Amino acid sequence: MIHFVLLISRQGKVRLTKWYSPYSQKERSKVIRELSSEILSRGPKLCNFVEWRGFKVVYKRYASLYFCICNDQDDNELETLSIIHHYVETLDRYFGSVCELDLIFNFHKAYFILDEILLAGEMQETSKRTTLRLIAAQEELLEAAKEEASSLSSIIAQATK
Amino acid sequence: MDPILNPFSSGTRLRDMIRAIRACKTAAEERAAIRKECAAIRASINENDPDYRHRNLAKLMFIHMLGYPTHFGQMECLKCIASPGFPEKRIGYLGLMLLLDERQEVLMLVTNSLKQDLNHTNQYIVGLALCALGNICSAEMARDLAPEVERLLQFRDPNIRKKAALCSIRIIKKVPDLAENFVKPATALLKEKHHGVLITAVQLCADLCKVSREALEHIRKKCTEGLVRTLKDLANSSYSPEYDVSGITDPFLHIRLLKLLRLLGEGDADASDSMNDILAQVGTKTESNKVAANAILYECVQTIMSIEGNGGLRVLAIGILGKFLSNRDNNIRYVALNMLMKAVTADPQAVLRYRATILECVKDADASIRKRALELVYVLVNESNVKPLTTELVSYLETCDQDFKGDLTAKICAIVSKFSPEKIWYIDQMIKVLLEAGNFVKDEVWRALIVVISNASELHGYAVRALYKAFQNHNVITLTSIFYQEAFTRVAIWCIGEYGDLLINNVGMLDLEDRITVTESDAVDLIEITIQCHALDFTTKAMALVALLKLSSRFPSCSERIREIIVKYKGNFVLELQQRSIEFNSIIARHQNIRSMLVERMPVLDEATFIGRQAGSLPDAGSISAGSSVSLPNGVAKPADSLVDLLDLNSNDAPAPSSSGGDFLQDLLGVDLSPAAQSGANQTSKSGTDALLDLLSVGSVSRPVESPSAQSNSSAIDILSASKSEKASVSPLDDLSSLSLSSRTTSITGAAPMMDLLDGFASTPPKSENNGTVYPSITAFESSSLQLTFNFSKQPGNSQTTNIQATFINLSSDEYTDFIFQAAVPKFLQLQLDPASGSTLPANGNGSITQNFRVTNSQNGKKSLVMRIRITYKINGKEKLEEGQISNFPRDL
Repeated sequence: MIHFVLLISRQGKVRLTKWYSPYSQKERSKVIRELSSEILSRGPKLCNFVEWRGFKVVYKRYASLYFCICNDQDDNELETLSIIHHYVETLDRYFGSVCELDLIFNFHKAYFILDEILLAGEMQETSKRTTLRLIAAQEELLEAAKEEASSLSSIIAQATK
Repeated sequence: MDPILNPFSSGTRLRDMIRAIRACKTAAEERAAIRKECAAIRASINENDPDYRHRNLAKLMFIHMLGYPTHFGQMECLKCIASPGFPEKRIGYLGLMLLLDERQEVLMLVTNSLKQDLNHTNQYIVGLALCALGNICSAEMARDLAPEVERLLQFRDPNIRKKAALCSIRIIKKVPDLAENFVKPATALLKEKHHGVLITAVQLCADLCKVSREALEHIRKKCTEGLVRTLKDLANSSYSPEYDVSGITDPFLHIRLLKLLRLLGEGDADASDSMNDILAQVGTKTESNKVAANAILYECVQTIMSIEGNGGLRVLAIGILGKFLSNRDNNIRYVALNMLMKAVTADPQAVLRYRATILECVKDADASIRKRALELVYVLVNESNVKPLTTELVSYLETCDQDFKGDLTAKICAIVSKFSPEKIWYIDQMIKVLLEAGNFVKDEVWRALIVVISNASELHGYAVRALYKAFQNHNVITLTSIFYQEAFTRVAIWCIGEYGDLLINNVGMLDLEDRITVTESDAVDLIEITIQCHALDFTTKAMALVALLKLSSRFPSCSERIREIIVKYKGNFVLELQQRSIEFNSIIARHQNIRSMLVERMPVLDEATFIGRQAGSLPDAGSISAGSSVSLPNGVAKPADSLVDLLDLNSNDAPAPSSSGGDFLQDLLGVDLSPAAQSGANQTSKSGTDALLDLLSVGSVSRPVESPSAQSNSSAIDILSASKSEKASVSPLDDLSSLSLSSRTTSITGAAPMMDLLDGFASTPPKSENNGTVYPSITAFESSSLQLTFNFSKQPGNSQTTNIQATFINLSSDEYTDFIFQAAVPKFLQLQLDPASGSTLPANGNGSITQNFRVTNSQNGKKSLVMRIRITYKINGKEKLEEGQISNFPRDL
């Protein structure tokens, strides 16, 4: 199972953290510190796996961002790489050639998309189309709520005129 | 200020806050900006304005990601979740997962909201609740909400079913008892066509199998066939754009199916049989040039290796791994090494075929790959290939990274000591390792080497010459060079001190050796260089001093020069060196007559004891009986006077030959920090407790002391307990306590002459170190048929814990079988029993059973030990029971 997902920029800034196993807030920042120094210092030609505290951290760099997933020792590392790629492709389709800035200003959307792909540290949906459809449906709900709120306030405004 | 113009008021949008924070140039600026923003958010929270709640929470999440504390926002999450609208709930659940973890109490408050949302009419809200529950639920929440989740497994919308399935995984992991409720709905989901539902159902089934044996049996019986068919359909399916990953339809589903099949096939021949065909198909038909394809192949190999054997499939699997190994992609090679590790147990011969490639991987630039490869090499080594493999690894030591040397040397040492076919090879390899990476080896390693050399009497000459040559050739120490190898130096000077005469006379030449010419002064030169090297620590220097003392006797012509070297250290800042210098000087200058005896060659160090101590076990006190006749190879045949002298010299410390537990070899080498008197004599008297015992008991014969044993007993104990120190008694004390009492009295009377001998520094007050109290043995229990005695010792450094050795003796004429000893203690005591030495007790006292146990007294000093015992055994098949209470323990235990 996946224990956590981290997105770290090349400068070591955290862009996304998702925890599927219980780590206290203190442990979380320690884990991030340890792993970012280990992963950022690895050269480009090396393999994408780091053994860490009895777990395996699979990472892959896309432009300026490192996507890291911490797995159990006996999980399939190559599959984890594919999961990372799957997530990146989904982000890419959603944002339209995604870049780091997209993920900074819309970090919550990156989380929502991840929540449609992984759940409880396991793979939830393997179809990018389905994922995006679900996200779109939920955004429609948001829009509807907004419109309702604004129409409500205009009704109130009219009534109080 | 107008709120619109101030970027840090609660009125700012999330986007503007992020922009403002990113505009900060320094960390201090960023901290200030965030402090301001947090203050604004707090103020807004206090106003309890629901319009801004949503936005505040989003901001807090961003601040949290930057690593700032945001605990004050936790309640806001709960409020958002409790509000009716979808947008608030969505951000509230996201905040819940990010800002809280399952161990926080606040989380309990959310259970009710979760329950309501799981029953919501809006399926997206149900989805949000399931997602949160799946990611952070605790055991209590799992119990409370399991029925809801179970119901949702049959929800009309597949997207909820898949979320519920993954949520169930979390629930059964937290509360395995709930597993049985999920087996039926989970297996029902396996028939679905929707990939999302199918993959989550497969994962749920896999986890059910892991937590429950019954679930495994059920799924194996009912679903194996269906799963095989599903995998077959998937593997043969035509192109489907929705699930395609570089030409393969849904590799994730492939992998999860293979994983579940592995669980079902393990340990079940029928199930394994039914999946052979599809595994063969996946293994052969998958094109392996993309990550996804290789991931499937890798999973397939793993399944083949785990399920019940099929020779053909295994060959296929090893073939795939071989291909992986020769792949240029580091990732692929890494997983291949990983997998070969598991394949070794199944088929070591097949793995050995890739030996050369694996050895190449040990030298890879990538640390992850190196580490895997090294572990693999370690398990591949056997008696027949140990030599070439070790040669490879040792030669690699020269070139490898500094930070890899530690791992590599540890593995080489382990391989060499485990598989070495002959001692000479062992010695050669260890010398090489010590030379290359001596600073990376653990202390046990070089000590073990000394023990091995000491045991191989025919190789003494060879070893000392090899070490000498290596020392010279490698310039191990020059005064200017920083290349020094402490461990190597220690072994070398120990051997030169011990076997210096063999070095210069070329004694015991082996055929393969070249004759070397070493003069006496060459050997002394070498040690002199060593002792002058500033980079070496004082332990090594102390060893060098001992070596010099030994050489002074072995090479009489150099004696005066050696004395001069030694004398230089009489003002050394390190007390240990200073003391040794003064003592040794005194021995060389004034006690010529006993010197040669003092520096006799060390008795052979017992390998078994050494290994035993290394493993941390206590020496077997029982095996050394009083006045034992253990003969020392080169220490016994001595005139009685000198023995008495020795004994006297030693007597000051006789109650505590200060060997501290595992450091015994350190002691042997005379490197400990014991009182001066000992160091002078330790070459002979401290050679292990056996030797000491021997000397003491021999001494007692030569000077019989006629005192009533009871009296001498008490006096000995007085002395022993008078010199209590904070260091608790150590293992050799156990041995001493079983000494004949007369020898103890000898040692008491010996105190005066010892002052004589060491007049050189008589001003040094004789310290007694390191001795705890020795407790007399007691007869704990005695009946007409059985006698039980207890021997006591204290654990070093722990005054509360007492080690007790119980010895049972059968006084009757029948043999006892099925002998069991049980003991019970009151609450302030803790008892740990080790297994007994046997269960059969021979008749008429012809043997005994011993059993060790430890008692920890939490009221040490206030209450003494007390114990109830029960002993059961059988005489000719008839059960017998004896019970009793023991309250005659010595006080202060």
